Amino acid sequence: MRGSLSLRAGLLSVLIFAAFIGAWQFATMPTTGAAGDVDPEYAALVSGAAAQGAKSAFPTPADVGATIWGHLKDPFYVRGANDQGVGVQLAYSLGRVLLGYLLAAAVATPLGFLIGMSPLVYRALDPFIQVLKPISPLAWMPLALYTIKDSGISAIFVIFICSLWPMLINTAFGVASVRKEWLNVAATLEVGALRKAFLVILPAAAPTIMTGMRISIGIAWLVIVAAEMLVGGTGIGYFVWNEWNNLSIGNIITAILLIGLVGMALDVALGRAARLVAYRE
Amino acid sequence: MTKPLISIEALARRYPARGGGETTIFENVWLPIQKGEFVCLIGHSGCGKTTILNVLAGLDQPSGGAVIVDGREISGPSLDRAVIFQGHSLLPWMTVIGNIAFAVTSRHPEWGREKVRAHCQKYIDVVHLTGSEHKKPAELSGGMKQRVGIARALAIEPKMLLMDEPFSALDALTRGSLQDEVRRICTETEQTVFMITHDIDEAMLLADKIVLMTNGPGAKIAEIVENTLPKDRRPATMHKHANYYALRNHLLDFLVTRSKNFAAEIEGKPYDPRKPPVVRPGAKPVGVETLADDGSPRSAAIA
Repeated sequence: MRGSLSLRAGLLSVLIFAAFIGAWQFATMPTTGAAGDVDPEYAALVSGAAAQGAKSAFPTPADVGATIWGHLKDPFYVRGANDQGVGVQLAYSLGRVLLGYLLAAAVATPLGFLIGMSPLVYRALDPFIQVLKPISPLAWMPLALYTIKDSGISAIFVIFICSLWPMLINTAFGVASVRKEWLNVAATLEVGALRKAFLVILPAAAPTIMTGMRISIGIAWLVIVAAEMLVGGTGIGYFVWNEWNNLSIGNIITAILLIGLVGMALDVALGRAARLVAYRE
Repeated sequence: MTKPLISIEALARRYPARGGGETTIFENVWLPIQKGEFVCLIGHSGCGKTTILNVLAGLDQPSGGAVIVDGREISGPSLDRAVIFQGHSLLPWMTVIGNIAFAVTSRHPEWGREKVRAHCQKYIDVVHLTGSEHKKPAELSGGMKQRVGIARALAIEPKMLLMDEPFSALDALTRGSLQDEVRRICTETEQTVFMITHDIDEAMLLADKIVLMTNGPGAKIAEIVENTLPKDRRPATMHKHANYYALRNHLLDFLVTRSKNFAAEIEGKPYDPRKPPVVRPGAKPVGVETLADDGSPRSAAIA
C-alpha cells in the first residue's frame, strides 16, 4: 500500500509538471495577432520581436530546455569577468555561503552554549538579540561596505549575520531546556563540567542545534542571491541580475531553477546530518 | 547501637506562602540509617518524601537541618550515594552499556576500556539484560529501562542506594519480578538502601524498616515500623506468614486514617521527633509493647 501511495504521488507530480509545462507552452505560443495588445512602454523597453508581437520575449519551455542544456553541457567555462559558466557562478555563491555560515556556526554554537547555560547571560543578551534578529541582513550591507571596504567580504559578512541568529537562539534554547533529570544524573555521578558539556548537554541539545543550523543554511542561501545582486562581480545572484540586464529570460529561468536545486540539496544535506544526532526518548 | 552510616537530623523544608509567612512541608525529621539496612519511607503525596530523598542525594537543599555522612554534613551529590530515579532517566542517545559505562568511568576515570566494559557487563548480567547491551533505551520496555537504571546505580558500587518510587511506572507483573530481583541483589550485596514508595506490599517485601510519614504540610515521622516478616520472604509466599496481616493492616490503617489525624493522636502524649516510636506489628498481641528509650514499655496504639 505504501509503495502504491508513492507511485500515485509520483504520477500526480508528473501530471502537475506536465500541466504546468503545457500552460507555459500555450501562454508563450507565437501569436499572429497585431502588436496592439502590447503595452507601448513595455514594447519600448524590450524592443524587437516582442514589441511586434510576433514572438513573446518570454521563451517557450523548449527554448528554456535548450538554454539549460547549453549551460549544463559546459558549466565551468570562464571567458572573461562577465562571461563565466553557471557552475562557476554557483561555486562562488556556495563558497560565500559556506564561509559565512561556518563562521557563524563557529561563533553561534559556543556563544549559544554559554547563553543557554547561564540564566544571567541569557537575560543580559536577550534585548540585543531581540533587536538584532529582525534586521534584514541586507540592511547591514552599507555598513559592511563602509567598514570592510571589500564587496566580497561584505557579502560573506551579510551571510554570517543572517546565519547567526537561528543558530544562536536554537543553541541557547536547546542547552537551556536539557531535561533536568539528565542533569541530575550527571550531578549524582559527579561528572565534571567539560565532560557534562560534551557528553550530556551537547548530545541532548544537538537536535535543537541542528534545527537552527538547517534554518540558517536556508536563510543564507536566500540572502546570498540578493547580496550578490547588490555587490556584483561574481555569483549566481550577480548572474541573475546580469542576465536581466541582457534580458535573457531563458538564462534567468535556468538560474532560478539551479538556485532551487542547490537550496534543496543544502537542506537535504543538513536534514541527513540532523538525523545522525537525533535520538528517540 | 553502632554509628549510623547516614543520619538525617532535624531536616525541614519550608516554602514562602502566598500572602506572607511560610508553609512548612515537613520539619524536625530525624532518621538514622544503619549500614546494610533497607529503609522504606511511606507517606501520601505532598508530605515531602521526594524532597527528603533529593536532599539525601545532594540535589536539593533543606530549609533547616542536615544530613550527616561519616560525621560530616553533605554538601552536594556524591558517587557514594547512587540514585535510581522514578523515570528511568537514561541518556537516550547512549546504548545500555554506554549508559552504564558513563557512570563507571565517572567513578573510575583511570580504568581502561576493557576493564570498564567487563565491569558493565557484570552488572548487565546481574539485572538480566544480557544480550541487550547495544540497544538504545527507546528499544527497551519500561521494565528493562528501569533495570538499566538499577544496573547503572549498582555499577558504581555506592555506599548507599537511593530509590524514588522506582517501580511506580511499571505494570504489576514487571513490578513484582523486578522487586524480587532488587530484594535478592540488595540482600546479597548487603546494600544500604533508602527507598520512597506508597505501595504497602512493596515496602513489606523490601524493607527492614518502614518509616511512616504523616500528611503534609507540617509532615513528620509518625513511627518506624520494623518488618516482622522473615528475612527470606518472597512475594509469592509472604502473605501466608502469620505476621503478614497484622503488619499490612497496621500500615494500611496508618495510610488511610492515622496519617491524617496524627496530630490529634499525639496530643498530650509524649512524642519525641528525634526518637519516633518503633513498632513491631505481629500476629499475637493486638497492641504491641515497645520499649521506650528509658527501657519502660510503652504502648504503640494500633487502631
